[in-house]
Amino acid sequence: MTVKHVFAGLLICLLSACSSTPDKSSSATVEDKGATTSSNDDSQSSSTDSGVKTYGTDGDSATSITALDDPQSPLAVRTIYFEFDSSEIQPQFRDTIEAHAALLIANPNVILSLEGHADERGSREYNLALGERRSQTIKRQMVLLGVSSSQIRTTSYGEERPISEEHDEFAWSQNRRVEIIY
Amino acid sequence: MSFVKNALFCFLLIMLSSVCAEDELEIVIDKGIENSLPIAVLPFGWSQAGNLPPIDMMAIIANDLARSGRFAPMSEADMPQKPTQMQQVNFKDWRLLGMENLLMGNIRLNADGNYDIEFRLIDVYKGKQLSGFRIPATAAQLRRTAHQISDIVFEKLTGIRGAFNTRIAYITVRRLEERKKLYSLQIADADGYNPQILLESPEPLLSPAWSPDGSRLAYVSFESRNSAIYIQDVLSGKREKVASNPGINSAPAWSPDGSRLALTLSKGGDPEIFVLHLSSGTLQQITRNRAIDTEPSWSPDGKKLAFTSDRGGGPQIYEIKLQDKRPTRLTFDGVYNARPRYSPDGKSLVMIHGENKRYRIAILDLAGGYLNVLTESRLDESPSFSPNGSMIMYATTVYRGTELAAVSADGSVHQRLALQEGEVREPAWGPFPRQ
Repeated sequence: MTVKHVFAGLLICLLSACSSTPDKSSSATVEDKGATTSSNDDSQSSSTDSGVKTYGTDGDSATSITALDDPQSPLAVRTIYFEFDSSEIQPQFRDTIEAHAALLIANPNVILSLEGHADERGSREYNLALGERRSQTIKRQMVLLGVSSSQIRTTSYGEERPISEEHDEFAWSQNRRVEIIY
Repeated sequence: MSFVKNALFCFLLIMLSSVCAEDELEIVIDKGIENSLPIAVLPFGWSQAGNLPPIDMMAIIANDLARSGRFAPMSEADMPQKPTQMQQVNFKDWRLLGMENLLMGNIRLNADGNYDIEFRLIDVYKGKQLSGFRIPATAAQLRRTAHQISDIVFEKLTGIRGAFNTRIAYITVRRLEERKKLYSLQIADADGYNPQILLESPEPLLSPAWSPDGSRLAYVSFESRNSAIYIQDVLSGKREKVASNPGINSAPAWSPDGSRLALTLSKGGDPEIFVLHLSSGTLQQITRNRAIDTEPSWSPDGKKLAFTSDRGGGPQIYEIKLQDKRPTRLTFDGVYNARPRYSPDGKSLVMIHGENKRYRIAILDLAGGYLNVLTESRLDESPSFSPNGSMIMYATTVYRGTELAAVSADGSVHQRLALQEGEVREPAWGPFPRQ
């Protein structure tokens, strides 16, 4: 009886301590940035102008942060997939990586997390290392493109957080990935 | 801030309560060895006739012996007689059936409410007792007593120390609802009974590793959103975070003397193997290579580490001497060899062997250099030797999920330990109990 209660307590407090849904936290983080810029963070250069809107309207040169919410933007792609036991960037993902890099360069206050994952085959610890290397590879590429390395955090979950729980080639191809989380 | 505190508090409570899980692992024997030794484990006598005996000694011991693959216990229905005393044995009948060994015994209730278990192992052809003991036990100790008897029989008849009275640690995963899971670190008797939860977390747990004296477990937890290594005392549930650097903190392995922990850290940019001196907290870097280096295992003499590295392209097994830190490649068969574990005698390594898109358990004979593939499935992982080296437990993924299985070190006997619900993975076979 008491055990059950404690148990429920554990779930509630841990899940709320660290929200695990990337989509929600991503939009929340980005919007919070805008809000703090305009309200109480007066040290930021952009706050003297139009606050949140600066990002949205300064058009051609810098990437607009609101483009993150645009399904047509290359920024809408938030997952980079890999071949088996490989951390090489496949050509079809270069545009995506460049778009995210451009957004980070244009918005030096934005921080990005790269979460590396692997499929279930082989050993768990090797896969943890492989997920790490995948996220590091994307980070290195973005830094080469001019992003400050302090804007990128990397983690690896190895094979522990699959997108698909099936045990076939398609599932594995979905699970070998780096998730881009704002 | 207070959330974090609450979370920690809840964790502590969960650990200390050490709840008994409802699910138990169940052993299914797929196939046995052809030349296994016949033995009749007779029903034990019971002093309180009329009441049910407190435990079915015969079933536990016969099951232990059968799953070792080295014995073929006779079914009760085939027994010509069920003596409980030596003088009742009709040797002629048993010899006619070709039965070589009998195990018989009695359970007696003491005046103080505890039990006395006495047993005799009898050589039918010689007509004499090979071994006989009386073991006192409380009600809670009865299963352990049965495993101790199995150990004595096993050692007497095979010459190898039995490993039935040992424990395993493993990770279970239960799906709660959409995208939410509950991970738990559990320990159980080596036959899967008496499961106990040591830790539960909504974030992944992995890589449990027993300290050589069996008192502590090291493991990896993602509870703080990145991998970190903890050491937890099995009895008290108290734990300590020993590694939480940026990057991965993983693959803990205890040195044979228990003073050091080999582990993998990527704080320098890529995964390297380090040795952590537990009393001083000093870290010593062992590998230096831009490839992945992980999954260290200590040789029983404590002088070498075997590990996985993809410095040659794909993952292969290497060995490094701690003294000169010069690595040697050990595996050449197959495109994928990972997660080595030394056998208790140090003469072989068990690992995951990947070839033709199948990941199976294989043993490498270190002197001869040949590889023997032990399993026949598609997705096997996490092999762990029994402390006597005679069996290997591992995790296998089948259509219904991941479950534990075991195979004899020669590959001749296979068994499955099935759990009713959820996933069971990463078995770590504990050491012999202290004598």
